[in-house]
Amino acid sequence: MQDLLGALPPNVSTYGARIDSLYHLILYITAIAFFAVEGLLIVFLVRYRAGASKRAKYSHGNTRLEIIWTTVPALILVILGFTSAGAWRDIKMKMPTPDVTIMVTGKQFNWEILYAGPDGKFHTEDDYQVDNDMRVPVNKNVRVMLSSHDVIHSFFVPQVRLKQDALPGREIQAWFNVNTPGVYEIPCAELCGFGHSGMKGTLTVLSDADYAKWVTEQWPPAGSAPAADAPAAPAGDAAPAGDTAPAPAPTPSQPPATGQPS
Amino acid sequence: MANAVHPAAHAHGHDAHAHPGFFRHYVFSTDHKMIGRQFLFLGLFSMIFGGLMAMMVRWELAWPETQLPLTGWIPEPYMVDRYMTPAFYNQLFTMHATIMIFFVVMPILVGAFGNFLIPLMIGARDMAFPLLNALSFWVGVLAAIIMFSSFLVPGGAAGAGWTSYTPLSDIIRNADGTINNPSGVDWGQNLWCISLIVLGISSLMGSINYITTIINMRAPGMTFFRMPLVIWSLFITAILLLLALPVLTSALAMLLFDRTIGTSFFLPLGGGHVIMWQHLFWFFGHPEVYIMILPAMGIASDILATFSRKPIFGYHAMAFSMMGIAFLGFIVWGHHMFQSGMNPALGMAFMISTMVIAVPSAVKVFNWLGTLWGGRIQFTVPMLNAIAFVSMFVIGGLSGIFMAATPVDMFIHDTYFIVAHIHYVLFGGSLFGVFAAVYYWFPKMFGRMMNNTLGYIHFFLTFLFFNLTFFPMHLLGVGGHMRRIYNPMQYDFLHPLQHWNVFITVSAFCLGSTQILFAINLFWSLFKGKPAERNPWKANTLEWSAPTPTPHGNFGDTLPTVYRGPYEYSSPDVPEDWLPQDRALAGGKASH
Repeated sequence: MQDLLGALPPNVSTYGARIDSLYHLILYITAIAFFAVEGLLIVFLVRYRAGASKRAKYSHGNTRLEIIWTTVPALILVILGFTSAGAWRDIKMKMPTPDVTIMVTGKQFNWEILYAGPDGKFHTEDDYQVDNDMRVPVNKNVRVMLSSHDVIHSFFVPQVRLKQDALPGREIQAWFNVNTPGVYEIPCAELCGFGHSGMKGTLTVLSDADYAKWVTEQWPPAGSAPAADAPAAPAGDAAPAGDTAPAPAPTPSQPPATGQPS
Repeated sequence: MANAVHPAAHAHGHDAHAHPGFFRHYVFSTDHKMIGRQFLFLGLFSMIFGGLMAMMVRWELAWPETQLPLTGWIPEPYMVDRYMTPAFYNQLFTMHATIMIFFVVMPILVGAFGNFLIPLMIGARDMAFPLLNALSFWVGVLAAIIMFSSFLVPGGAAGAGWTSYTPLSDIIRNADGTINNPSGVDWGQNLWCISLIVLGISSLMGSINYITTIINMRAPGMTFFRMPLVIWSLFITAILLLLALPVLTSALAMLLFDRTIGTSFFLPLGGGHVIMWQHLFWFFGHPEVYIMILPAMGIASDILATFSRKPIFGYHAMAFSMMGIAFLGFIVWGHHMFQSGMNPALGMAFMISTMVIAVPSAVKVFNWLGTLWGGRIQFTVPMLNAIAFVSMFVIGGLSGIFMAATPVDMFIHDTYFIVAHIHYVLFGGSLFGVFAAVYYWFPKMFGRMMNNTLGYIHFFLTFLFFNLTFFPMHLLGVGGHMRRIYNPMQYDFLHPLQHWNVFITVSAFCLGSTQILFAINLFWSLFKGKPAERNPWKANTLEWSAPTPTPHGNFGDTLPTVYRGPYEYSSPDVPEDWLPQDRALAGGKASH
């Protein structure tokens, strides 16, 4: 029974543990309710079958029972609601100070990943744009600025327990902090057309050293020649679709890494 | 038969054609009983197609991108050399859900049993507006024809999911003047909109009729709180339809305008907003869920009381909890949108209202248990289906709590957990309610009994395969398996779960095949079943006082007078264990 026969994928994010414990709490509560109700149902069916009893009780109900079985579930559910509300607020409404900010834009049928580069600003010369390849450092708060070029997509990383729809014409911020280096899939979770199935990116979570190495490869320190493998995306190309999309904040993220050159 | 002495019957001009011709009797009938039967057959007919589409979806999930047997007749571009295209896959699950919801569950629960039962159970000769009633059915047929024909237009049927989220279901006009049709579906999506607008008109006509009939045409003595719970449930359902459907109709019209005449209600480039569709759709869509489950709750309540030979436990609590569900049903729509980008604070409010709506549902379950407690339970086929309804609804209700908790929903939203949940409510709930109702009222509807042996076999196999099909979907969902994907094998993290997809598909094929037994039983009994007596279940409600077969005008010369509530089973006032609502007792005893 630990997590419904061990079906949950391993959790790798900070808030994932909180979601999992809430899931287990609900699982235990509903399991108790399930066995109590279905058990009682079976007992009644056997005990009061036509062959075993002569004449049914003539009863129209019991007000005290009605009050009990209205208030008890109400109390449990309201407590559950407020417990969930706390976790929801911390995950969705309180954005921690981001260490890294990445723009992710859905398009039929890829995730467009935009890195700000060393200047920490989007839509500048040192931006790096790539499809489906998202790289972040471990144990850092990663802010994802989600948008879409066409239809609604949903950014889903099962092991991180994060799911957030990406909308055209709007920028939505989400965040995560992964505590285990590894490669995780980013499926699109919202039906987005005939290529919806198979639309996925990879989230590569790197150790500090590996991340610093990757950053140096992408953006060679000042002095060396601009690397050919770091295409600088012109600002116009990277802008999210829709004229209502807000311009990126002028004072954004810190530089993408701790071991930041220059 | 009613005759000139009875002005009530005359008001409808009923006996003017007491022996109408075949056409007036079976086709353009204004008799509520015939219209009820017509809705039943419309629903069962559609169920064949909705079910077959589910089978094809299941094949694809278990053995992705392999050749489907028996599909050689389906032309390109849907099937290419018996391989299903991803676009066709999307159309199949979209139309499976659309047909099952709008052309199976609603026509049967609301259309068939609403029409058949309301006049009979409140002691009226017909609906308030018989012609409107006939019109409601035939407009519904028109909607079904439009919906089914959408497979025949170029580009195929709608493929943006039964929820048809914009802008996937829309036509996007880019800033540079290019046009992007993101779903690849052309007229199919337009026909989807038109069909549901037409169906909305049909349902609106029906609901106005139900409300008027129940308010105005109850027999003498049939006070509101002597109405059977199934009538309460249909009354509340009709009010929900009246209030929720116009919102869907408006949203559909807006989507149709976006697609055809260039408006931008849901397109950000033109100043519209993509999430507005979701708000409008779910403002209708959540009450819709209760439209599909409330009548089944009413049906289960009546059947449980009848076969427990016991009054329903907490009649008033049952009626008020349905009203509570109906009211709260209008303020929980946002729980479908927790991850949509809606303000998280709003999500929190919707979480609390969603937790609250679970309470009246729990109250109903406890009262059903209370009804069984101390009863003298007869395990007839309708009773078994009603018990299955209760036990499956418990699972569907409890699994809903996982989604209600917003943080957990972050993980399980748009996964198979949701698919499991909706099927436990709509198959485990509504469809077991449908089976219970068909087995229970068949004797009154068609004057014959259904075959018991086939009924038991059908029930046990359906119950078994239903659970084998849908329970493992919870596990898939908890494993992160997204819904609406064409090939799970494209995802590394889903590979270890694929054996469940195979298991589910095999179970689903068995579940589908089992329904052939139901069809055989239905048609065989229709012509060869044992003739039914007037009141085979020894039930109390008024429809069993009407003769079988029930004539035009239902109750013969005089309408029944109601002396008591519908659930006076095992009353100490009489030696037998049932006491019909319309039987006068010496001393004028009128309990409850």
